[in-house]
Amino acid sequence: MILFALVAVLLIGGIVAWFSEKIHPDIPRWVSVMTLIIEAVLLMAQYTAATGVIEWGAPLSQTWLADFDQSWIPRFGIHFHLALDGLSLLLLALTILLGFMAVSSSWTEINKHQGFFYFNLLFCLTGVSGVFLAVDLFLLFFFWELMILPMYFLISIWGHENRIYAAMKFFIFTQVSGLLMLLSIVALVLINHSQTGIYSFNYFELLDTEISPTIAFWLMLGFFIAFTVKLPAVPFHTWLPDAHTQAPTGGSVLLAGIMLKTGAYGLLRFVIPLFPEASHQFAPIAMILGAISVLYAAMMAFAQSDIKRLIAYTSVSHMGFVLLGIFSWNLLALQGVVVTILAHGISAAALFMIAGALQQRLHTRDIDHMGGLWTAIPRLSALTLIFAFASLGLPTLGNFVGEFLVLVGAFKVNVVLTAITALALILSPIYALMMVQKSLHGPLQPQASLVDANHRELVSLAVLALLTVWLGLYPGTILKISAPALKQEMQQTVEMEH
Amino acid sequence: MNISQIQALAPIITLSGVIIIVLLSIAIKRNFVFSCTITAGGILMTLVALVCAWQNAPMQTTLLIRIDHYALSFMALLLLAGLAVLGFCYDYFKTRKGQNEELLVLLLTALLGASVLIASTHFASFLMGLEILSISLFVLIAYPSNQRHPLEAAIKYLILSGVSSAFLLLGMAFIYAQCGELGFTGIGHFIASQSAMNIMILSGIIFIMAGVGFKLSLVPFHLWTADVYQGAPAPITAFIATVSKGAVFVLLLRFFISADSFIYSQLVNIFSIVAVLTILIGNLLALLQTHVKRLLAYSAIGHIGYLLVAFIAMGSIAPALAVESASFYLVAYFITTIGAFGVISVLSTPQSEADELSVYRGLFWRQPVLAAVFTLMLLSLAGIPLTVGFIGKFYIFTSGAAGRLWGLLAAVIVGSGLGLYYYLRVIVMMTRNAEKSAVESKIYNGTWISTATLSVLSILLLWFGIYPDFLVNTIQSVSYTLP
Repeated sequence: MILFALVAVLLIGGIVAWFSEKIHPDIPRWVSVMTLIIEAVLLMAQYTAATGVIEWGAPLSQTWLADFDQSWIPRFGIHFHLALDGLSLLLLALTILLGFMAVSSSWTEINKHQGFFYFNLLFCLTGVSGVFLAVDLFLLFFFWELMILPMYFLISIWGHENRIYAAMKFFIFTQVSGLLMLLSIVALVLINHSQTGIYSFNYFELLDTEISPTIAFWLMLGFFIAFTVKLPAVPFHTWLPDAHTQAPTGGSVLLAGIMLKTGAYGLLRFVIPLFPEASHQFAPIAMILGAISVLYAAMMAFAQSDIKRLIAYTSVSHMGFVLLGIFSWNLLALQGVVVTILAHGISAAALFMIAGALQQRLHTRDIDHMGGLWTAIPRLSALTLIFAFASLGLPTLGNFVGEFLVLVGAFKVNVVLTAITALALILSPIYALMMVQKSLHGPLQPQASLVDANHRELVSLAVLALLTVWLGLYPGTILKISAPALKQEMQQTVEMEH
Repeated sequence: MNISQIQALAPIITLSGVIIIVLLSIAIKRNFVFSCTITAGGILMTLVALVCAWQNAPMQTTLLIRIDHYALSFMALLLLAGLAVLGFCYDYFKTRKGQNEELLVLLLTALLGASVLIASTHFASFLMGLEILSISLFVLIAYPSNQRHPLEAAIKYLILSGVSSAFLLLGMAFIYAQCGELGFTGIGHFIASQSAMNIMILSGIIFIMAGVGFKLSLVPFHLWTADVYQGAPAPITAFIATVSKGAVFVLLLRFFISADSFIYSQLVNIFSIVAVLTILIGNLLALLQTHVKRLLAYSAIGHIGYLLVAFIAMGSIAPALAVESASFYLVAYFITTIGAFGVISVLSTPQSEADELSVYRGLFWRQPVLAAVFTLMLLSLAGIPLTVGFIGKFYIFTSGAAGRLWGLLAAVIVGSGLGLYYYLRVIVMMTRNAEKSAVESKIYNGTWISTATLSVLSILLLWFGIYPDFLVNTIQSVSYTLP
């Protein structure tokens, strides 16, 4: 029941936020904060109920911590079926954390139609948390599509100069690729129906479907494209720089921090377990795409002068590691993927918050028009430096652990590709340091006096910085939570192959 | 004819009676409000008669008409659509000077024609129903007869409709020449008894499809659609888009199932090409429109293309699933199309239709409720979750995948992608800043009937989108009764 509440609370909170605007335009953001607090408490309660201990990070006794199953459309055996394991738990925690950050970064930036803004923000979180929990494929698709629409509104209403183009591109890319997934889902269910005689969209039942290799390949491709567009990986990444650049800060935080992660989660949870053999055949291509994403996006990032566009390309680059790691399909690489997902969620969100804060102050996103900020706004600049280091993969910070584990895992599978991908460790410092150099150092460009980070910004960014350090120094906590889930996924595919 | 047959025919008899009563009341005294009330009461009475007829169904009453659950449920759908359109017509025409009462008579005769059409099992009643429907529509389109656009639209519709009827008759003649039968089942028996392909029958069916294709505005018979949609008064456009197309499609399903025409595999190929063209051309042309009614006209063409996918799937899967899919999609299409044109109708007056895209600029901040309803309708047309259109699209995918129509489904996906673009354009326009709005913010008072209708439609849209169980079960039980 708590699982259902986890989804419902966000939706109800969103509706309340929308209507509370009528009382006072500042109330919606408080409603959002309250909603997220309730959500966090619920998740904590679910976790303690499942493990029996209050200590965060206690090893999980079983793979699936909780389950909520309710018949929805009996005609097709569709259930409102949610389930929580270690992986979903971590991603939900990230979702809630970045929900707070999105609200925090929108606090003063959004000054028109606040009610509708926070409605969309929470509605988007509803869709994302639904995706992380759904184990009925119809429900998965339902939430998958549901999270696109509010993000579209966030970009198209509160975005920057070229917002409508960016929002449209985002919507069409994700929606059309989603339809490919729907087609695959329906075909999979019909194949299962022809074998068992019943309609079922249940993930656990569909795992046992026997599919001929050619059909499995096409079905896998449908899922793969949908998730890779969202991830995104080359060649499906072109929507991302536009969407990120034009989105308001809160939207960018959600987009980079958690929405991209739904793609990674989908690959991990659905593509490989449902189609182990087809994925195995396809793995070299997917890994090559991952490597290309890593390197190409890193180089593209270097060529950008728009700071949000630069960060967007670094996201593509980091997500390339995720793709590489997932299709390596061993525990080490998968653990790396989980850490990368979390670490990148935190660092990219923080960088976008900083970019938003800078834009609010300087009214530009062009790093050529920045410079010398270190003397003007030292606190914000120091935080920028930390997250730039995180992004370039400095040891002791979270991203390093993730990327290192991915590379070690991938090395066992494909030495050459891993060696080439490792070049990113050279490319990423180049773009990160260039960003730092151009914006923070040199002569102070803007004439007007600038205000340094206020308490709200400082606290939000400091929390994220501490989490990055914690992930970098002691990732064991996270690994303990995710391990049972990942082992379970790997177990399933091993069973299938024998 | 015995008493139970008359009972089964009760809805049609009631509807005919209501028409005469409304005519007489107009002859005695012209009063728009009063006539509207009688009309609405008459439609409700017909719905009650439907419930009475339900127990006697299925029943073959005369050679021409078969009253079964399939026909009765779709009659109910058409009547409810008629009721909704009546509500919009009331608000739209009440301020118009001149004689508006005959509009209601024509609305009822169109409904009568549509009801006969969907219950017909014989070419004679098929043609009769179709012509009653069409002739009413000509006059309805041209009702504001002192204006240019409606008249032009009506003339276009009249001529093309005449041509399409000629095709239809020719097709019927071909088939009759071969098998000497005009009843659908008789034709079915003849086709089944033939071992080789009969080229005359095949051409007859193709001619009939051409005639029907005009009504459904399938590509390449779609040229009239945008002009007529744009020219007709908004509530009447809603009526054409739903009742007229829906009734024809329902009849088409019945004809193909009764006559078992999918024995001819060539038909599947021809229809597949038509469906792909309809989906792609409808959606592509919609991209270019700056007038909302034209945009919806082309999008409606695309939607009929999606419906055809379920229809074509009937050739290779159990007909019940295909009929179920098509019926669900049709219901979804009815709700959303009436809702979308309803919003346009609320914003329009007989003097100026709210057709230009710029009228909708900033509507979200001026008229939040109306804009929200319109957004819901457009999202449902685009097939976004939480709306009934999503479940409809799911059904199309299911029947298409079951029939292994991968090429057609690819066209559906491309069409949906294109569709998103122009639906979103309208939605974006509504969220733009209101300050720059070219049009003075009108005060839309006294449209409570339209508002109530739109609210009901929105609730249905969300209800069937979130919890479609009730509708799914109803449609499923009905579609299994079709022979």
